[in-house]
Amino acid sequence: MAKVLVVTSGKGGVGKTTTTAALGAALAQSGQSVVVVDFDVGLRNLDLVMGAERRVVFDLINVVQGVAKLPQALIRDKRLENLWLLPASQTRDKDALTDEGVGRVIAELKSRFDWILCDSPAGIERGATLAMRYADEAIIVTNPEVSSVRDSDRIIGMLDSKTVRAEQGERVEKHILITRYDPARAARGEMLNIDDILEILATPLLGIIPESQDVLKASNVGTPVTLNNADSAPARAYIDASRRLMGEQVAMTVPAERKGLMNRLLGRRAA
Amino acid sequence: MSMNLLRLFGGRTASAPVARERLQILLAHERGLLGQSDLLATLREEILAVVGKHVVLDPDKVIVKLERGKTVSTLEVDIEVPNNFDKAKAAERRMAG
Repeated sequence: MAKVLVVTSGKGGVGKTTTTAALGAALAQSGQSVVVVDFDVGLRNLDLVMGAERRVVFDLINVVQGVAKLPQALIRDKRLENLWLLPASQTRDKDALTDEGVGRVIAELKSRFDWILCDSPAGIERGATLAMRYADEAIIVTNPEVSSVRDSDRIIGMLDSKTVRAEQGERVEKHILITRYDPARAARGEMLNIDDILEILATPLLGIIPESQDVLKASNVGTPVTLNNADSAPARAYIDASRRLMGEQVAMTVPAERKGLMNRLLGRRAA
Repeated sequence: MSMNLLRLFGGRTASAPVARERLQILLAHERGLLGQSDLLATLREEILAVVGKHVVLDPDKVIVKLERGKTVSTLEVDIEVPNNFDKAKAAERRMAG
């Protein structure tokens, strides 16, 4: 059964695109067929983070409007053969997306892939509502910071009311993914801790991605962090999260331990 | 009080508890606002209809407020009625007049 998963947040810059790329690659690596769909029409970036920016010919808008067929717009990843990208348009605006058109594209993607990961634009406008519209599950990417938590709360309210599932009286399964987490600062009381965020948002946790330079390094070279350095702390956290998405029970490791392990590994390599 | 203690033990930089408390208060308020408008409008309509069956009412003098607290919330209904509020008597008076 194909699953439609929206990666959303309300707030910009929290790591939606990084997360979509990293989880898409991790799911594909474990043998699932995956398509990552960029809903950020006008400000697309998933192509860049995936390293496919020079291969974009047709896009989501072209398919929604019937200008191109879906197979013409899909871009196959060069590293993983069962990972695909459906890019957003860079020249159009979000009004070019229609509810009916998006529904048609999602239905067609469901017949071809195990996972459809929708990378939502920031905000709560048309692009964001259409990215979540047909979702079965949602990942709410949240930074341990007040404005991000507030916006996540708002998005949770929308997932519970504006999706097709919600309108049919069903639930969208929601997960919180905490990114840019710094365990040392949280321990010193300088950063909201995980329990506080989960209590405030009353939504289960999918994973904790530690703040790491590896994330920037991966986007610099256009490779999902899970492929660029699979041993890095964020990559491990994303791989664990992808296993939880597939229904596996994976112990929720505190990133501090990962970081400790990483430091030891890096230390040994450096020596 | 507990906030001050936390600050004392956490050192001067423990700002996370402040963030947590601000968020809890803010979100309780915002969540209230979202679902609230419909609920209050419905309550007001129906209270007006029920009371209006027996009492002559000025619809503008019916105020319905919902105050959300941490554990319980209070629903405050404030209805101003004129002194000659009894409908039957009002009708009699009109007939007599």
